[in-house]
Amino acid sequence: MITFENVSRRFGDWTAVDNFSLVVEPGEILALIGPSGSGKSTLLRMVNRLIEPTAGLIRLGGEAVTNLRPEILRRRIGYAIQSVGLFPHWTVERNIATVPNLLGWSRTRIRERVSELLALLQLDETRFRGAYPHQLSGGQAQRVGVARALAGDPEVLLMDEPFGALDPITRAALQAETQRIQRQLGKTILFVTHDMDEALRLGARIAVLDRGRLARVGTPAELLADPGDPLVVELLGGDGLGLRRLTLETVASRLRPGEVAEGEPIAASAKLDDALSRMMALGADRLPVRDDAGQPLGAVRLQDFPRRTTP
Amino acid sequence: MPALAVAVRQPVLLLLGAAAASGWLGLPLLRHAPNRLLSGRPLGLSALGEPGGVVVAASLALLASAFVRRSRASSWATLAAGWALVFGYLAAAGWAASDLAAHSSETARTSLGTGGWLVLLAGLLAEAEATRALRLPPLGRLAIFAVAALGLALPAALGWIDQLSLAREWRAKQDVFGDALWRHGVIVLGSLAPTLVIGLPLGFLAHRSARFRGPLLSTLSLIQTIPSIALFGLLMAPLTALGEALPFLRDIGVRGVGLTPAILALTLYALLPIVRNTVSGLDSAPASVLEAASGQGMTPAQVFFHVEAPLAAPVLLAGLRITVVQTIGLAAVAALIGAGGLGALMFQGLFANAVDLILLGAVPIVALAVTADVLFRLAVEGLRAPA
Repeated sequence: MITFENVSRRFGDWTAVDNFSLVVEPGEILALIGPSGSGKSTLLRMVNRLIEPTAGLIRLGGEAVTNLRPEILRRRIGYAIQSVGLFPHWTVERNIATVPNLLGWSRTRIRERVSELLALLQLDETRFRGAYPHQLSGGQAQRVGVARALAGDPEVLLMDEPFGALDPITRAALQAETQRIQRQLGKTILFVTHDMDEALRLGARIAVLDRGRLARVGTPAELLADPGDPLVVELLGGDGLGLRRLTLETVASRLRPGEVAEGEPIAASAKLDDALSRMMALGADRLPVRDDAGQPLGAVRLQDFPRRTTP
Repeated sequence: MPALAVAVRQPVLLLLGAAAASGWLGLPLLRHAPNRLLSGRPLGLSALGEPGGVVVAASLALLASAFVRRSRASSWATLAAGWALVFGYLAAAGWAASDLAAHSSETARTSLGTGGWLVLLAGLLAEAEATRALRLPPLGRLAIFAVAALGLALPAALGWIDQLSLAREWRAKQDVFGDALWRHGVIVLGSLAPTLVIGLPLGFLAHRSARFRGPLLSTLSLIQTIPSIALFGLLMAPLTALGEALPFLRDIGVRGVGLTPAILALTLYALLPIVRNTVSGLDSAPASVLEAASGQGMTPAQVFFHVEAPLAAPVLLAGLRITVVQTIGLAAVAALIGAGGLGALMFQGLFANAVDLILLGAVPIVALAVTADVLFRLAVEGLRAPA
């Protein structure tokens, strides 16, 4: 759990973060989004004290971060950044083992931990354990970066646009990876991004920052149903906002049970954008729906799509 | 008819082969003089007798390989030809000198001729060129360097070249030479120690403080522009004054001439490459890596010793290479202010017009500098390419 209590940070005359309060719940991925210069990275870097707040308090699991020496604090917090920053003169193994080494773990424990993390990030051990960073692709390097951030088994993970420099396919793969790891390990993750798609896909909740202030916080569904703040509307793509809702709601929410329709059935767990895309391709206004086991459930109609559902 | 077309594939080897061939075609391979001060009469290929055939064969092999497409096999052949040229010429020249010595007076001298030097140079350059083309790992290159050095050292170690004038000069001056070599080492190492002790912290400070960096580097660059002899001269007066004002300093060796000004001047020269490379070495650690290092929980000292210093090491070592090679050379000039060393032999020879004595000073300086250069290059490469 990370608690921000009236946190502010000024650089000279400029206020980067302005009286920010928020609780990141244990085991939650909170996506922190905002235009560049909105203070999201500053906020993140105040958690591990790479930057100190001008006012206010940040707590980690109830304890003020200022109670710990910065190095000690940082060894308890995983940190992954966009530029990765792997140590070029160390092997993948030694890179991943950075924090365990600082914590003084035994050699066997470190070896086991590295194997575990390579498996978790789906990096082939025989190929990557002894490899050097310059031999890795961008996606592989960031996998190693995430493994390094997780190595000390931290309670909390800070991720600063970690996939921002990757191509769309690699980025999607690593986003899926992050979700899987989060489900598997239940870490609290504070995730900074400027990409709303990424925030919607990863965030259990999304906090929108506007010039250092918290403009809005809520689940993806809440934000889409009621953006409220004009900046949120803009970040959600303005008039395209409605289309984003299709990516969030499932076919099941529009199901007409028992109704019969022609053609290849779509899964009830599929998102509405997939259903719409299928209809456009087929020139149809309805599709049969099945459950994950393939049993027919009913049908979905295009005319039901605009119906406003309360999340 | 493309099958018969002759094309130059390796122009460098053509040049080296031609140089080697011209060495025995027109130029004197040896000179024989009645005493060490006269330049003597030139001797050509015939003076080498049958062993001279090795020189001819190796030169022709070098020429021929210029027309072959470069491959690993051709590069090994070039290496062998270069080695044969050096070893063969030295051996043949040594034997010829022994023959001549047996039939002439005690004072007569046989020395290497212009053509001979050309043959040696072409052979060594061919070895270097072939080694470069072979792209061997550092240890392989070190082995080749050792074998190449053996091509020069073996004829000497076997006593084959004892009658060449340079070897006779060395025997006559053996004690002086040993002292000079030792003294040269003292001057070089004596300058490097304070350079590192002062230069590394200065480089560190200049890296951390941009305000300090500009003035420091421009001061050091300014010092580099002062000619060495002028700097020795400039240091003489203040050091003499200092020694006279404070007798205890004079007692520990602070004087206007001798070791003190030499080491002081060489240290001043050596500071620029060391400081500059320390700064750029430390600069070479990417900001993202440094952020990751402290973000993972390294203390500032751990960031420095685990990340910044190892990343700076290759660049620093490259600076040390420049410094060592530069200091080995500059130390020769220090002989002018009475610091001794191999330069002292060179200048004695220069003033006495004794070429062999000049060479007795100069050849070891070149050998030392080349050896230091090769070793440092290999070390830098070893550090740069982990595993």
